[in-house]
Amino acid sequence: MSVPQYRKATAFALAAGLGLSLAACSTKGDDDNSNAGGKVTITVDCQPVGSQKELLQNWNDDVVEFQKQNPDIVIKSVSVGEQCNNPPDFTARLAGGTVTDVFYGYMTDLAQVLDSGQAMDITEFANKDTVPTWDSVDPALKEVFSDGGKLYAVPVKNYSMGLVYNKVLFQQAGLDVNNPPKTWTEVRDAAKKISALGNGIAGYAEYSAGNTGGWHFTSLLYSQGGQVLTPDGKKADFNNPMGKQVLQNLKDMRYGDNSMGARQLLQWGDLLTNAGAGKVGMFVGAPDSTQAIVSQFQGKFQDWAMAPLPGQGGPAKGTLGGGEGYFFKKGLTPEQVKAGLKWIAYQKLTPGKGQFDYVRAKPQNYPVGLPQPLLFANGSEAQKQELELRKANANVDTANFAIFEATPVPIKGEPRNAQAIYAVLDGAMSGVLTNPNSNIDALLKTAEDKVNQVLAAEK
Amino acid sequence: MAITTVPGTSREPGRPAPPRLTRGGRSSLGRKVRDNLTGHAFLIGAVLCFAIFSWYPMIRGIVMSFQRTRRGETTWVGWDNYLRIVDDPSFWTAWKNTLYFTVLALVLGYLVPFFVAIVLNEFRHAKGYLRILVYLPVMLPPASALFLFKYYAYDPSEAGLFNAVLKALHLPTSEWMQSPEMTMPAMVIASTWMNMGSAVLIYLAALQNIPGELYEAAELDGAGIWRRIVNVTVPQTRLILLLLAMLQIVATMQLFIEPLILANGAGAEDSATSVAYLIYQHGFFQNDLNGAAALGVIMLVVLAGFSAVYARLTSKQD
Repeated sequence: MSVPQYRKATAFALAAGLGLSLAACSTKGDDDNSNAGGKVTITVDCQPVGSQKELLQNWNDDVVEFQKQNPDIVIKSVSVGEQCNNPPDFTARLAGGTVTDVFYGYMTDLAQVLDSGQAMDITEFANKDTVPTWDSVDPALKEVFSDGGKLYAVPVKNYSMGLVYNKVLFQQAGLDVNNPPKTWTEVRDAAKKISALGNGIAGYAEYSAGNTGGWHFTSLLYSQGGQVLTPDGKKADFNNPMGKQVLQNLKDMRYGDNSMGARQLLQWGDLLTNAGAGKVGMFVGAPDSTQAIVSQFQGKFQDWAMAPLPGQGGPAKGTLGGGEGYFFKKGLTPEQVKAGLKWIAYQKLTPGKGQFDYVRAKPQNYPVGLPQPLLFANGSEAQKQELELRKANANVDTANFAIFEATPVPIKGEPRNAQAIYAVLDGAMSGVLTNPNSNIDALLKTAEDKVNQVLAAEK
Repeated sequence: MAITTVPGTSREPGRPAPPRLTRGGRSSLGRKVRDNLTGHAFLIGAVLCFAIFSWYPMIRGIVMSFQRTRRGETTWVGWDNYLRIVDDPSFWTAWKNTLYFTVLALVLGYLVPFFVAIVLNEFRHAKGYLRILVYLPVMLPPASALFLFKYYAYDPSEAGLFNAVLKALHLPTSEWMQSPEMTMPAMVIASTWMNMGSAVLIYLAALQNIPGELYEAAELDGAGIWRRIVNVTVPQTRLILLLLAMLQIVATMQLFIEPLILANGAGAEDSATSVAYLIYQHGFFQNDLNGAAALGVIMLVVLAGFSAVYARLTSKQD
């Protein structure tokens, strides 16, 4: 072959190769065997990542056992990162239509999932036949994942926030670990004493970036008895004395007492990294934040305890509750939906199995005995079984959470379009934590205008 | 020494010259296509890549900016997304921040590499080592470089690198990214450090093309260093300077990774919110891909308009 012919041939081969590659990309694969050979195949996400060795092993063992019990179902697991719902990734998967058949989401994601057109109505399929403990699942959680009387997801975890505190730092500061602060005034006093230990320790730490600032503002506002939106959900409702009190408390601790440390603009991992390093005395969090401190940020379980969320002059009037669940992708066959529900029932909603396999979890570096997930309704059979198993296999000192459990605070859900509102409220939180001359009234007014704009845009 | 010829670049002896194209007609077009078939075939890959990864998303973005998707239903909404996005209280803050960053980056990030290149060009020894030193930060992944700044240089406590230096010099320390006033200058410093290596190399290449006689003549006329820079260096590198200025402005207007990493997003009191970050917020956190698309189109129009005006002005000067 002469050189010009060779070049021509190469060029055509290149073009043909590219064409074929693109065709391969755009053509649905032959392995789409949702009902192949009489078996039902479903893809499920939120498989633990490789670095979470024990959790991954547990998941894989569960898949094997479940498939043994249900030989006509094939589970294909997909890992989507350590944080199963990192909002940008989640949005991209929804927009691109690449979510798995059964996909993980937060309680706050329902509106987004519905808007994307990816959610399937599973009302007729979710029952005792597919999920044996279905009648024990807290109806309030089912309601969170419902819209217009239709159910779109199965709840698998629920939490409420409280005051997480470091017992070691409490002792060093001369505070009583069995009598944690009950009001924000007491939190302020304790924070002052803890930060006086020096060495860069923050008596109290708080988020103000990556939407986590707004998330915590909401919880702190609930503790004051406030709400983020008016009951009809049409207007912002935090530019009032309760919202001001939230920001004033933080400003007083940050600049009045200098008890919140120098580093601000913290988001989720930043604060927990500092906590794991023993540099945080108190913060607001859910019980499983201690799990993250231990498994991801090298902290120790025995250092941490939890109390109810403090109130302004007495007990908190409310605390933020949230959670997660599994949605079903639109277009699944009834057999696939039933198979997905059976898998979730096995892995997430059966005492003694999956996430409730406390016998298996006990020797692993994951806590058993935390007061969550609060999935089952009070007094239900499943709750009794789960509590008994939890108690029998606890590997953390349940006394550390006794005050939190014994003093329940009314739980309020997250506002509609929560992430957009949290993004706005980050500005108010960062304002009081980074500017000693911040004007709280102005910060709240700006945030109120922005949230109203976000709400108006929804219409 | 053997003489080699590059195949296809010169007519081989004995082979007839390709026939010239005839005017008009199908045969002319067909011949034209046949003559350039190899070229066209080689182009297919690049054209497909541009079409799939650049042009299609651009057109799709423009279409989306006039639509609204709710409950899986997409409807045409005219200019609603644009009106809504302009009404966003963060819209003007984002533009103000972005323009501020662009201006600061022009002052610092544009002039500093030029003067660094001039200084490097004057060195007689160790030129290669110095070039590597200047270029090293470009080899660091941007995210790593920014995390270095975030956790070591801009730590607001006295343990932070910059604060430790300032303290040692008995100068006032700063809260860096936690101070709304310092957010933008701090982002420009980090961005300049990360990116200036490439610009320095390009300037150096341009500087080395300036004939030495011009400097000698200027020296004979009594020109000092400053006069030589102004009257010889700048005019001789004008084209490169103008090109890099435009590229820099277009790049800095798309400021994104610096606020995302250094300021954890919006920064203290929205002081780091850029237009690109606002697009990200709308698209990925506010369930508003259509609003994000509208803002993206606004940005595209602004940058395209700027580039067109810039190209026109600079071509007139030529």
